[in-house]
Amino acid sequence: MKLPETIRAAFVIARRDFTATVLSKTFLLFLLGPLFPIGLGFIFGGIGAQVEKTAAPATVAVVSSPADFALLEAARDRFAPFGSDRPLVRLQRVEPEADAAAQRRRLLTSADRPVLGVLEGGLFAPHFTGAVTADGRTVRQINLFVEEAVRMRALPPIPSQPVEVTLTRTSSGSVAFARNITARAGQTILFVLTILLAGMLLSQLIEEKSNKVIEVLAAAVPVDSIFLGKLFAMLAMSLVGITVWTSAGAAAIAVYAKGGLAALPPPAVGWPAFLFFILLYFSMSYLLIGATFLGIGAQASTVREVQTLSMPVTMSQVILFGVASLGVGRPDSPAAIGAAIFPLSSPFAMVARAAEQEALWPHFLAFAWQVLWVALILKFAAAIFRRSVLKSGPAWRWPWQRRRAV
Amino acid sequence: MGERAIAAETRDLVKDFDGKRAVDGVSLTVPTGSITGILGPNGAGKTTCLRMMLGIIDPTSGSRTLLGHDRPLEVAREVGYLPEERGLYPAMPSAEAIAFMGALRGLPIGEGRRRALELLKERGHEDWAMRPIRTLSKGMAQTVQLLGTIIHRPRLIVLDEPFAGLDALNQEKLEQLIRDQAAAGVTVIFSTHVIAHAERLCERIAIIAEGRSVFEGAVDEARGKLRPIVHLRTRAEDGPWRSALPPAAKRVAGEWRFELPKSGPEPLLKALIDGGAGIETLSIERPGLHDAFIAIAGEAAARAMGHAPAEVEAA
Repeated sequence: MKLPETIRAAFVIARRDFTATVLSKTFLLFLLGPLFPIGLGFIFGGIGAQVEKTAAPATVAVVSSPADFALLEAARDRFAPFGSDRPLVRLQRVEPEADAAAQRRRLLTSADRPVLGVLEGGLFAPHFTGAVTADGRTVRQINLFVEEAVRMRALPPIPSQPVEVTLTRTSSGSVAFARNITARAGQTILFVLTILLAGMLLSQLIEEKSNKVIEVLAAAVPVDSIFLGKLFAMLAMSLVGITVWTSAGAAAIAVYAKGGLAALPPPAVGWPAFLFFILLYFSMSYLLIGATFLGIGAQASTVREVQTLSMPVTMSQVILFGVASLGVGRPDSPAAIGAAIFPLSSPFAMVARAAEQEALWPHFLAFAWQVLWVALILKFAAAIFRRSVLKSGPAWRWPWQRRRAV
Repeated sequence: MGERAIAAETRDLVKDFDGKRAVDGVSLTVPTGSITGILGPNGAGKTTCLRMMLGIIDPTSGSRTLLGHDRPLEVAREVGYLPEERGLYPAMPSAEAIAFMGALRGLPIGEGRRRALELLKERGHEDWAMRPIRTLSKGMAQTVQLLGTIIHRPRLIVLDEPFAGLDALNQEKLEQLIRDQAAAGVTVIFSTHVIAHAERLCERIAIIAEGRSVFEGAVDEARGKLRPIVHLRTRAEDGPWRSALPPAAKRVAGEWRFELPKSGPEPLLKALIDGGAGIETLSIERPGLHDAFIAIAGEAAARAMGHAPAEVEAA
């Protein structure tokens, strides 16, 4: 059958599948599903941030003289700028008492003035007691404060000139860093979307097999058309979902990151081209992985079999993502090039490349390569379906079985 | 029969499933514009033959041509197929299902919707148009699928066990539809294990038993395989006239039954009269397709189809 006829038939199948899915009541749930966790993330993220902002930083009781405490406080103030994301421990001076052990016990168990721990012994015999990790953040901070306080006590204050700062838009380091982030973000988006959406293709032929429509389809159109139509129908449905989710995401970015996309690290090919590549490589990833899943799922005759197949299939996607992420930050490394050549990881690797390198020609090459593999996988999946499900043609045999048969 | 007059042809079709032979060298010829019935018990290989003919599956060996093409899917637009196991999307409205089946075979979807409504209206079923398939009865759904089979106005219709599951009224309607299609020049092939349908409808039949084609030809040719049967009642119980009866003559319920001798009725009548039989009644009955089927396919096949004759039962 000629290619235009195959495509025409695929379009008929795709239109049926697309409308049957998009016009069903469950499609609304499909659209809203991913927005729930995002919404909850914003709500609980906001609450968490609020809690973190309003919660008092952890406090350490310092049993010391006012002079030593002043030096410790001054030392803490010098390090304060490095504690912008998580505030440094707060210091609270306590007048030493005669029974140091009893005072320590009382401070550690006080419900009125809860403290993480107690620092005693002044600047030259410091001793910290508290419920913290021995080499943890609190202990490291206390060490820094004591060292700095001792230094400040030994040396007179040195007059210093504040560094004059001239801001540039970018530097090589900042661009590389930003592109690396964009590459990883692009890969992650692709991975999440593919893992969410491509798995559905596993069960695509179950409906036709269970209600016997497959016989009507197989008598009228080539199996290749059935596979192609189902694949593109699900891709179209996924793109509808992505459009909705992207719009919601863009709105969220506009709200939370002032300046919208311009506020995010720019990719090497620029935002318009990068967004196009995300869409293109998502489609290619979906078609490549989806064609594979469609072929695997077509062998299953029950929903239970499909469910059993889901886990190994998801794991294989995770492995592909892992392989592709090895090359991020090193687009010319063997790992990155290998991931770009291996058909199933190629879209992931190429979207990272779009974030990191300006050259466009590798994308044309990759696109052609991926299209070729979609066609090959579909052809192979259809052939296997014909043989094993429709029982058409000689049964499939592994090479060793063939030898035995001879 | 000229080459152009053949709508479908198979030559020595063989199909093995997992090492088991399901069809073993079936050859069929279906003339254009004819109604051809494929008869055989369940499991004889009828459906497999039709599926190979239509290109749903490839034969293990042998060849087939459909409307002059050896790749049947290339002429799918000109073929309608009703499979044995009916398949429709349960959520799809009836008119849409009919249009979809037309679209699969190249009919533009808009035109398909228009024709679907027209076909439903012609049969007084316009109220089915928007009803999802799952809300229809089995017979109604079967009608919808049948309309989907002819919506694109095919040149050849293949129906696999089309009468199965239909009540008497709907069977009659289906028979009429088949006749109408044939009258319009459409070639119809249908498989059945009910001989009466084939006898009423077909000009040609093929009998398949245990994967082999045991007869292929005109219905009259099948009947011609048997001699006419003589039914005789006499007043005399015995006498010289008895020598006129063939040795295989049987007496069933006071009546003699035997095949008409090759010499014909006149010598038989003369011998009976001269021998003093005292003929009460004598009739010569042309054998039906049912008897021909038993003679051709064997009693085992007839039993498998639920068509064992009275004599056989008595035996």
